[in-house]
Amino acid sequence: MSNLIKNNAVIADEWTLVTLPPPPESAVRKQAGKVVIFKVTGEPAATPEQLDGAVIPTTGKIIVPLTLWQARKQDLAARAANGEIGIWLESYELLEDLIASVGDLNSLPLIAIHFPRFVDGRGFSLAALLRTRYGYKNELRAIGDVLRDQLYFMHRVGFDAYAIRADRSAEDALASLRDFSSPYQGSVDNPLPVWRRHTRVAQHSAHSRVQATHEDEVD
Amino acid sequence: MYIYDDIDQRIVDERVAQYRDQTRRYFAGELTDDEYRPLRLQNGLYIQRHAPMLRIAVPYGLLNSRQLHKLADITRRYDKGYGHFSTRQNLQLNWPKLEDVPDILAELATVQMHGIQTSGSCIRAITTDQFAGVAPDEIVDPRPLIEILRQWSSFHPEFAGLPRKFKLAVSGSKEDRALVQAHDIGLEFYLDTDNKIAIRVWVGGGLGRTPILGTVIREHLEWQHALTYCEAILRVYNIHGRRDNAYKARIKILVKALGAEEFARQVEAEWQHHKDGPSTITQAEFDRVASFFATGRHTTLPDHDAAFEAAKAANPAFAAWAKRSAHGHKVPGYRAVTISLKPTGIAPGDATAEQMDVLADLAEKYSFGELRVSHEQNIILADVKLGDLFAIWEGARAHGLATPNVGLLTDIICCPGGDFCSLANAKSIPIAEAIQRKFDDLDYLHDIGDLELNISGCMNSCGHHHIGHIGVLGVDKDGSEWYQITVGGKQGSDASIGTVIGPSFAAEEVPGVVEKLIETYLGQRTDEERFIDTVRRIGTAPFKAHVYAKEAA
Repeated sequence: MSNLIKNNAVIADEWTLVTLPPPPESAVRKQAGKVVIFKVTGEPAATPEQLDGAVIPTTGKIIVPLTLWQARKQDLAARAANGEIGIWLESYELLEDLIASVGDLNSLPLIAIHFPRFVDGRGFSLAALLRTRYGYKNELRAIGDVLRDQLYFMHRVGFDAYAIRADRSAEDALASLRDFSSPYQGSVDNPLPVWRRHTRVAQHSAHSRVQATHEDEVD
Repeated sequence: MYIYDDIDQRIVDERVAQYRDQTRRYFAGELTDDEYRPLRLQNGLYIQRHAPMLRIAVPYGLLNSRQLHKLADITRRYDKGYGHFSTRQNLQLNWPKLEDVPDILAELATVQMHGIQTSGSCIRAITTDQFAGVAPDEIVDPRPLIEILRQWSSFHPEFAGLPRKFKLAVSGSKEDRALVQAHDIGLEFYLDTDNKIAIRVWVGGGLGRTPILGTVIREHLEWQHALTYCEAILRVYNIHGRRDNAYKARIKILVKALGAEEFARQVEAEWQHHKDGPSTITQAEFDRVASFFATGRHTTLPDHDAAFEAAKAANPAFAAWAKRSAHGHKVPGYRAVTISLKPTGIAPGDATAEQMDVLADLAEKYSFGELRVSHEQNIILADVKLGDLFAIWEGARAHGLATPNVGLLTDIICCPGGDFCSLANAKSIPIAEAIQRKFDDLDYLHDIGDLELNISGCMNSCGHHHIGHIGVLGVDKDGSEWYQITVGGKQGSDASIGTVIGPSFAAEEVPGVVEKLIETYLGQRTDEERFIDTVRRIGTAPFKAHVYAKEAA
């Protein structure tokens, strides 16, 4: 059963996500004995050993990590030309690196952004930049710790596909795309703030609306 | 004040429904504790030491009587009949039940209130001067811009998962009362050399573990660009702010790491893409929002009232209260009145449901039905006629609301501390009470004069101890509670961070230490010199020497 939402429906996923093997123990960062998941923007996302250890399916559509794409670009070029390669970014990787490695972003049928944890909102800004400044038009997919309560925000900043975490229902999650009907601020889905979309009332008309419950002091 | 239209109302109603469903899923086991946590936090709900704590937004501290009556009603029905006004100009409930919170939010929505973004790693409720719109030194009323910013920041999709909390303050007066230098972003209205209104943009201020005053990254911004400029700042922060260590995740650390100039350069570069875009504020939208804060409802009065003067002459207690509680007003014949929530023995900022009802009624009768919450944790009736001051005093006094200590040593800013807060290292409320008891002589208090004493129970600094003239910080040493004392902090346009005077003290020593600081001041002050002025003139050394002097044998 697919857990992919695209265009407001749960659909079959024709893409295979390629991941890197976990980093060697020495590269895992710890603070007070706890593993630190977040990295600082621009940090290297993989070691040479991890890249060597990655298993790349030989056929079908695959989403490869940016670092793997950068290292194996030559090997993957024919498949990329065939529309079989999508690229995914860690939330701390730089869009500039992605752009430098592909030239035309719209030659990619799919870009995915990884949310290492629900609370990491870097991917929101990356998505907005891809859709606006860099003019990316194809599928933009959220992967990783993707849960229904982020979907409304993700939709607004330009995602159109959401790989809901495997242990949660994508069917249930669909409802959250409609959490709010008319937002205040502009974003990627609609750049106009509310006051450019609707005629809103000023004070004198607002007062008449609440007159029944609150009358001003006469003095 | 601002009144919701259908769009505002639908957003808070939809928020209630969303939060109700999130809570349902949590109780049904569909959300783990860790997953529910960021959701409830963005709605102001913390799990505390004894019970959950719900932080209710009072946008820029402004309330109407109907809202305050509703808050009183909620504390009776869902809590223990009192609430705590915090240094964020909000109201905190200390004892709500987790499962009742959706119902409380639904109640709040009926009076155009909510708990949206009062906590969590998002843009928090925006704060300002409690005298906005009435202060004699005001250049521009900041409230219309703050309301526009409030709407823009509510559920902003790009900034829903920032590295850490993000606080904005806006000031519109000559003397800053909004702590613009102690916020992630501080927007300060001023008149430029052409006598035009402009905004000075401060970034990277904050108290907490690493207290630092902000830096100006743009001296002159036209108000139309306030949203797009903030978007540029937030985007740079969202992408580059650290997320690997919560103590290094505030924007101030990024600004420090990059250097203010480089940070400003990145913001300017980003802003070029936002500038003049659709989020540029139009004059029409500004005027629409400003119409809710319009002046022109005051009566023309002389700035002298014979009955008021007579009441003061006849009643020294009233005169003492009026001296501290009545503040200057733009409009002749009016005063802004601070109601002290700092009587001795009550947690600073606490008010009972009965007191809330009394204040709401007084506001209804004497102050256009509106009230403000100050970051000093008091309540303000902002538009009172001179001739009504006596009636307010009598009404307030009957309910323990007329303590004449506003701006004095016992008007202590104090976080809830170890009695309630699960973050705290030490208790703060009993320290405040012990200090208030030590300084219970009113004449002595008035002689000491203007003094801000701020207490935080931990380095998160909710009690703003770094900018108290005297600051008290609770610290944990080997599992017991100790208190570190700072001197020389100050809020305002000439803000400063206090200096630690030396090794910390046990709880029972703190009132004695404060007394020694005061003795030093009284011995050294010149005429008309406030405590903070004396500290600035002579430095902290004499204070330190007196506090730590060995007792004479």
